[in-house]
Amino acid sequence: MRSESGKIYRGLAGVSGALVFLQGGGGVAYGEMVEIVGDDGRTRAGRVLIASRETLAIEVYQGTEGISPTGARIRCLGRPLETPVAVEMLGRTFDSFGRALDGGPDPLADDWRNVNGAAINPAVRAYPRDFLQTGISAIDGLNTLVRGQKLPIFSGSGLPHIQLAAQIVRQAQAPGETEGFAVIFAIIGASRDVADIFRRSVEESGALQRVAMFVNFADDPAVERLVTPRTALSLAEYLAFDCGMHVLVVMTDITQYCEALREVASAKGEVPSRKGYPGYLYSDLAALFERAGRIQNKAGSITQVPILTMPNDDITHPIPDLTGYITEGQIVLERDLDRAGIYPPINVLPSLSRLMSDGIGEGRTRSDHAHLSSQLYSAYAYARRIRMLAAIVGEEELAGRDRKYLDFGRRFEREFIGQAIDENRTIEQTLDLGWLMLRELPAADLTRVSAEEIARHLK
Amino acid sequence: MNDAGAGGAVKRRSEAVGRAVWISGPVVRADLTASVFMGEQMEVGANRLIGEIIGVSGAQALIQVYEETEGMQPGEPVFGTGLAMYIELGPGLIGGVFDGVQRPLNLLRRKGPFVEKGAKADPLDPARRWRFVPKATPLAKIRGGEVLGVVPETPVVEHRVLAPPDWSGDLVAIAPEGDYAVRDRIATIRIDGREFPVSMVQRWPVKQARPYQEHLRPIVPLITGQRVFDLFFPLAKGGSAAIPGGFGTGKTVTQHQLSKWAEADVIVYVGCGERGNEMAEVLMDFPKLSDPRTGRPLMEKTVLIGNTSNMPVAAREASIYTGITMAEYYRDMGYHVALMADSTSRWAEALREVSARLEEMPAEEGFPAYLATRLAQFYERAGRVRTLSGREGSVTIIGAVSPAGGDFSEPVTQHTKRFTRCFWALDKDLAGARYFPAINYLESYSGYLDDVSEWWRDRYDPKWRDIREQAMQLLQEDDRLQRIVRLVGEDALPDEQRLIIEGSRLLQEGCLQQNANDPVDTYCRPEKQLGLLKAILHFVSRAKEIVKRGAPIHRIRETPARESIVRAKDKIPNDHPELLDELVAAIDREMDALYAEFQKVG
Ligand SMILES: Nc1ncnc2c1ncn2[C@@H]1O[C@H](COP(=O)(O)OP(=O)(O)OP(=O)(O)O)[C@@H](O)[C@H]1O
Ligand SMILES: [Mg+2]
Repeated sequence: MRSESGKIYRGLAGVSGALVFLQGGGGVAYGEMVEIVGDDGRTRAGRVLIASRETLAIEVYQGTEGISPTGARIRCLGRPLETPVAVEMLGRTFDSFGRALDGGPDPLADDWRNVNGAAINPAVRAYPRDFLQTGISAIDGLNTLVRGQKLPIFSGSGLPHIQLAAQIVRQAQAPGETEGFAVIFAIIGASRDVADIFRRSVEESGALQRVAMFVNFADDPAVERLVTPRTALSLAEYLAFDCGMHVLVVMTDITQYCEALREVASAKGEVPSRKGYPGYLYSDLAALFERAGRIQNKAGSITQVPILTMPNDDITHPIPDLTGYITEGQIVLERDLDRAGIYPPINVLPSLSRLMSDGIGEGRTRSDHAHLSSQLYSAYAYARRIRMLAAIVGEEELAGRDRKYLDFGRRFEREFIGQAIDENRTIEQTLDLGWLMLRELPAADLTRVSAEEIARHLK
Repeated sequence: MNDAGAGGAVKRRSEAVGRAVWISGPVVRADLTASVFMGEQMEVGANRLIGEIIGVSGAQALIQVYEETEGMQPGEPVFGTGLAMYIELGPGLIGGVFDGVQRPLNLLRRKGPFVEKGAKADPLDPARRWRFVPKATPLAKIRGGEVLGVVPETPVVEHRVLAPPDWSGDLVAIAPEGDYAVRDRIATIRIDGREFPVSMVQRWPVKQARPYQEHLRPIVPLITGQRVFDLFFPLAKGGSAAIPGGFGTGKTVTQHQLSKWAEADVIVYVGCGERGNEMAEVLMDFPKLSDPRTGRPLMEKTVLIGNTSNMPVAAREASIYTGITMAEYYRDMGYHVALMADSTSRWAEALREVSARLEEMPAEEGFPAYLATRLAQFYERAGRVRTLSGREGSVTIIGAVSPAGGDFSEPVTQHTKRFTRCFWALDKDLAGARYFPAINYLESYSGYLDDVSEWWRDRYDPKWRDIREQAMQLLQEDDRLQRIVRLVGEDALPDEQRLIIEGSRLLQEGCLQQNANDPVDTYCRPEKQLGLLKAILHFVSRAKEIVKRGAPIHRIRETPARESIVRAKDKIPNDHPELLDELVAAIDREMDALYAEFQKVG
């Protein structure tokens, strides 16, 4: 790693939770990185939370067990938390601090970056509007992702978001560009099994060379989880804005990240806000999600797909709620669809891509895209209503038209939403399939698509 | 006399007044060697980050810092400015993009795509020269707030250079017509025997409301071109409105719509703790879109303040004050200004975050006890006024509120409700059904209905208020019926009641819904608004006669006229209101025919 020299202090004023306190560290900066060597001889990384002439507080990343006030030694590094960034990091696996986890050597850094990054000047952002194909119809057709967008997946425990994320990673493609497309995976608080699923799925796809993984295991200290996505995003920024690549960043599980934030905050004795999460949860998440985007006159982009599991499937829980307030839409997985054997179990009704309307159409996807998706959406919404009604009054009681919608709904879920885990559909295939679904419906009901579009596509 | 009013006349005191001893995020504690006052603007640390005194006791001060403090060490110096937290006002604000503490983001881009801490640039370009035309008479008395001269700031905004509000005296000299930089002396005013130079820049403390002569009743509607607001829940020039709603319900789209189409002379758009891409969208769209009144690019009447969610949280708090101060400044020139704040909840959260660092006693949900006071102070700065120079001007405030979980019972929504008179409630279910604008018409209200009725009556229709009441009644009856429908189904109702449901549906589809992305319907002129509404009510009342005669409801639903009404909002252009008469004629033709048919049957 990086060599450094700095002030050394011996002895502490106290240890509490993930924090240690140091007396008289006047020359230490706020946010500065330190190394703490405990009585056990083990070195841990830490960061200054309160800089002070009297008592300064340090957050310790790898746990405070084994540190005693008398035996500890602290070395100040004179710099903030930094991570190595390099193109050669693609194809490799790292821990939260950018150290090799795959048995290989640590990366040869092209540069070192402050993990917190800096805010993109809003006046230099370029508005994102280039289509990014995932090969998944429910997304490409009805909730289109564009480069530079942040579009999370709202999942629930036990739902196949891991598989879906892996599929997106394997298939994601910026049409017209095969070169320079990179994927960064930040795996936060996952079991070794889950981390393994990711790794295997990426390996099998042969896409490994364009993927960098940052892994924080479930049994790693909670404070480290706060660093994992930041390290990953620092590499993303380097690849996108220094090297001109299109970068897709998948972060899972944001819920684990938020739990860690809550744990660390309560250890610091902070006043909690809703459900015990700190009042700055919004700002903290925004500091991650806003690192997506495009910059004027730069070739690259950062697209984010954060994944979170909604506690109790509750979309009003602070984690999905605050995420929704920051991201540009959401993809919502539904348990009922999953039970019905539909993969991916995406309920398109509560899902939304807010940047879709500017990212589709002639020259981007296809000219009929906007109308077709609006027609499919409204027909499916009606089909779900009828399905509820049928559950009460019985299917036989329904009018013929309504029965057609019931059939449409089932077929739409099975054939349009549903697809195989290795099925990669082009946008053309997705849209054509959408038209095929519409053939189920009474012609008079197709009011959202134009007559010309019907003539052209509804064969 | 207020120091800050001195146009560049006050020397900046930039000597060190103490040293930082404790740093935690945006809060710094300093040991003082010279005196500072509460609210004083500071420069903190070796990078001279912008800060403000938020507490002084004995020889210690608490400073809130508006930039990232990472890397700052105890022992670094802090500097006083001798001025309360201020911004600079003058030509060049319009068309600009600023962060929460008025750093010009357009100029900072030269230093790279990221906002680095300590980055500095003058908010008003010091080199740019403006054509100044004097309007005041030299050697006469001049009062604060009077017009000294004018500058064409943009093709649509004539910048009126005002004497600082609290400077009254003799105008000793005024510059002849010519090109001047903002800091050049353009006048000299003698007050109590002393002469003061005046430039085109004023510094004003952001937390202090700018003075005016007299408060006027808000009786002129702020036409927004959005039917659900103008017809149903009107806002007045000088009024205040809250737009609460869960994520994705349409707060930002509504504020963008209002910025684009509202009849305001100047728009101040404050992106407070929201998305960078939304600012990028405004910056991409506004230079291309044209103002329906002047035909000029919208950017020529817009000031943007962008303190996105990932920018320092303390500056987010400042952004609201920066915005409202700029709005008041243009009001004082005699303009009608509309200020959008998206989102005030993020501002409240910034208060909460700083309060928590100070270990203050929290009130509800961790918010400080002074949250309500701060909100009240902000919304109180809205108003229609007679300015110091005798003109009429106004500041209208439209604040988005982002309640946690979309639940309106939380403190920010509840307090905001107390201080605003329009409540435009956005509804998650409506937005989920892609019904836009997702305004819940039963939960929303406007306190300006009585105030603006006269305006509508005089200009458009003496029965304006009745028409609105009739429409509201239809919606309310429908709501009552829907509760029954949920139990027994629509078919079980008698036809008169089904017609109410049908009528309400038509009112929603044909009038209340308005797609922001539709090239025609994105903006709707008042005459077209009223015409559409009247046509719908006319349709319903004619249909009533026919249903009474025993016509089945589907015959009403299947009339071509119904279809034409629904399409009218997208099909009839704003400049062809006569097409609405044709629509009414078509309704009458079809209804006459039905009437005749069922008269025979009956
Ligand atoms: N008047 C409208 N016309 C058409 N579409 C709309 C309208 N209002 C909202 N929408 C749709 O709703 C989406 C979300 O709207 P918007 O971004 O304004 O939500 P918001 O309330 O600001 O959410 P957040 O709190 O997360 O910022 C938009 O992307 C757009 O698709
Ligand atoms: Mg918004």
